Amino acid sequence: MIRITGGKIFDPANGINGQVRDLCIDGGKFVSSVIGGRTIDAAGMIIFPGGVDVHTHVAGGSINFARAMTPEDHRRTTAFIRTQSRRSGLGGMAPTTFATGYLYAGMGWTTVNEAAVPVLSARHTHEEMRDIPILDKTSCVLMANNEIFLDLLEAGEFERAKDVIAWHVWAAKAYGVKAVNPGGVAAWKWGKDAKQLTDPIEGYNSITPGTIIGRLAQIIDELGLPHPMHLHCNNLGAPGNVWTTLETMKLLEGRRAHIAHLQYHAYGGDDWDTMRSASAEVAEYFNTHTNMTTDAGAVLFGDTVTITADGPWQHLLYKLTGRKWGNLDVENETGCGIVPYTYRPSNLVNSIQWAVGLELLLLINDPWRIFLSTDHPNGACFWRYPEIIQLLMSYDFRKDCMTKLSPIARERITLPDIDREYTLYEIATITSAGPARALGLTQKGSLGIGADADVVIYEEEKDIAKMFSHPRYVLKGGEVVIEDGDIRATPEGREFIVKPSFDPEIESFLKPKFEDVYTMSFENYPVEMERLEHADIRECINGQAPSPPRTAEKEPDRADEGVEF
Amino acid sequence: MSPITLTLKERPKVPLEAETVTPDAFVTMSNEQIRSSLVYHGKRHCRLDDFFEVTGEFSDLIEMHGDLHRVKLLGKSMSRGQLKVYGSVGMHLGADMRGGRIEVTGDAGDWIGAEMSNGFIHVHGNAGGQIGAAYRGSLRGMKNGTIIVGGTAGLEVGMRMRRGTIVVGGKVRDFCGLQMKGGTIVLMSGAELRTGAWMVRGTILSLQPLPLMPTFASSGHYNPSFIDLYAQELLPHGISLPNHASAGSWSRHCGDSSIPGKGEILIWNPA
Repeated sequence: MIRITGGKIFDPANGINGQVRDLCIDGGKFVSSVIGGRTIDAAGMIIFPGGVDVHTHVAGGSINFARAMTPEDHRRTTAFIRTQSRRSGLGGMAPTTFATGYLYAGMGWTTVNEAAVPVLSARHTHEEMRDIPILDKTSCVLMANNEIFLDLLEAGEFERAKDVIAWHVWAAKAYGVKAVNPGGVAAWKWGKDAKQLTDPIEGYNSITPGTIIGRLAQIIDELGLPHPMHLHCNNLGAPGNVWTTLETMKLLEGRRAHIAHLQYHAYGGDDWDTMRSASAEVAEYFNTHTNMTTDAGAVLFGDTVTITADGPWQHLLYKLTGRKWGNLDVENETGCGIVPYTYRPSNLVNSIQWAVGLELLLLINDPWRIFLSTDHPNGACFWRYPEIIQLLMSYDFRKDCMTKLSPIARERITLPDIDREYTLYEIATITSAGPARALGLTQKGSLGIGADADVVIYEEEKDIAKMFSHPRYVLKGGEVVIEDGDIRATPEGREFIVKPSFDPEIESFLKPKFEDVYTMSFENYPVEMERLEHADIRECINGQAPSPPRTAEKEPDRADEGVEF
Repeated sequence: MSPITLTLKERPKVPLEAETVTPDAFVTMSNEQIRSSLVYHGKRHCRLDDFFEVTGEFSDLIEMHGDLHRVKLLGKSMSRGQLKVYGSVGMHLGADMRGGRIEVTGDAGDWIGAEMSNGFIHVHGNAGGQIGAAYRGSLRGMKNGTIIVGGTAGLEVGMRMRRGTIVVGGKVRDFCGLQMKGGTIVLMSGAELRTGAWMVRGTILSLQPLPLMPTFASSGHYNPSFIDLYAQELLPHGISLPNHASAGSWSRHCGDSSIPGKGEILIWNPA
């Protein structure tokens, strides 16, 4: 039992903006009152619900490949030394599993969504997620380039395709469905890509990327998954891709969708020399279409390693940079490419990418629909989120940073004209309440009675990045995990999964296909429940599409004066 | 400043990691502090005087005596002063060095001057492989400075080096200048196979004929004036580079065209 007294509460899920209230915790949940137990004096401090990362890559084959490919980063990173309560590990561009938990929790984040899991490496992913302490986890399974699924769409067998998707979600013990470059990764097996939504995909006669996007969104709505289709659009990273993105958004009208790392999909121009920011066009469309949520996929300058299931893009990036390149082919399901990368302010393209991420966060006016992410580790590592928060909360700081950009870059972006500054309430929305709602995790991102007691307590100070990097306390499930910069406890996290309903007969359809083409036998393919520690099966909303994301509620007046940032 | 001397008492059974032995560290240390500085013997934490007799203090001149071929990381990241070894040394000598001088009268192990950014290393005996190289995974090896080896050298000399000069008196083994991005390697006695493989830029000079890869294209004979500059710089170290037209000419080969690279290999043809 814990009582937290005197803190200023920022709880957008319950419309609380800086009011001083006490929080009571018992049995890992918020309760209305407790008697006895520990009291944490949070007088003058700021209290947020624990952070929720809607899109990150922390476990599985691809990030593990990235770790193996970057020994040079391990040498320059400060190591976590093993102690009584803590395992050893390394931070850096692709942190090791245990370090991932420590670093996220150390920053006040308590729930993460691993955004790309091929079914074939789902077992590996769950093993790694088990080794990420403190955090609660969800995962999205990659389906938009699955050969069995695409063949069924080509044959027009929609109902069976739906069963296949549902079966795979359960087989992978996933929580949602991810679509990466729909059709493009399948075409990559022929050395091609899929850049036009209306052109048939290489190797197929009739289906197009547009078919896959529309059908998959429909299936996910009909299955009633709590998280909508998690979509990485076609044409990522390419100049002029704003048209593909807008076309995709039009296709999704009337459907729920989460558009991942929107920054990588909002470029104008015709080629690398003429590339410019197109965030204004994207934001304008997005603002008026409330069926979608998105995350920023913001970029920060510095070293990182890019990993994505978008194999064709990674090959292009390798050709552009001449650095290391890794490519994984995941049989009939998908692929993956890995390229270490350095974003530089002296590089025109990187400067525009940096600005676009921030512009989207500032131009999309509903914080309930755009969330903080860097598509870790693609745009920057997750432990750099406090820098982005500082950029969002301070126009002056942004202006300072923009002086590093070349005059040409400054002409190609709209960031200098945007003077919006985020409030703490809005920061709490984009880092916690919003992503929790988009994931359909009702007990997360809230400090209300009955919600999971994931709390982060900051000492208010003027240096925003410092304040958000070093919370005074972090509580996970009612347990103090971080206190005064130290890791105090490392409880195991839970994994949220869903079990959509499907016709069990689908297995007799799938089994022969495995015997024909997979290297793994059918029986060994699905991940067993015993593989998951602390699994929590969430309800599907059967028979009806879950309601689209709630839109802007007017921010309540802040209860106190607060520090002027 | 009188030098600090370290004399090995007994050869360690497993390699000793002595990255603490640098002029930068010792210049601020008393004799007792030097004696008690930490070295790793395998996984064990030991004192420096468990292995060495130590005389002197507060100096950036260090002299070492004994067969140190199992002592690693000497002079790591040093930026000033001088380290002189009367004997042989182990791997990673002068790794990440930023300045100062290292001289070794005997042989040296692999990875000497790896990823160094400045300074001077002279090994009079033979050296191992990966001289001035990039550690595994790194993009760049040595960024500046000079490494001179009197004897032979091993594999991957100057691998991914970015700038700086490496001179090897004896024969060099395979993959000299592998993925080299700049700088100069001078081979007084030639090299074995695949010299300059994947080289992007940079210059390899050889005074002896080399087996060249097919991805290097012959591009003429000449006596470039920059060789005279090199010769002038290297002469004080007892190295003489020929360049007079009456003595012969350099044949130039550019590559590695499988990258495609803009590097060059110059081979001396006596008249």
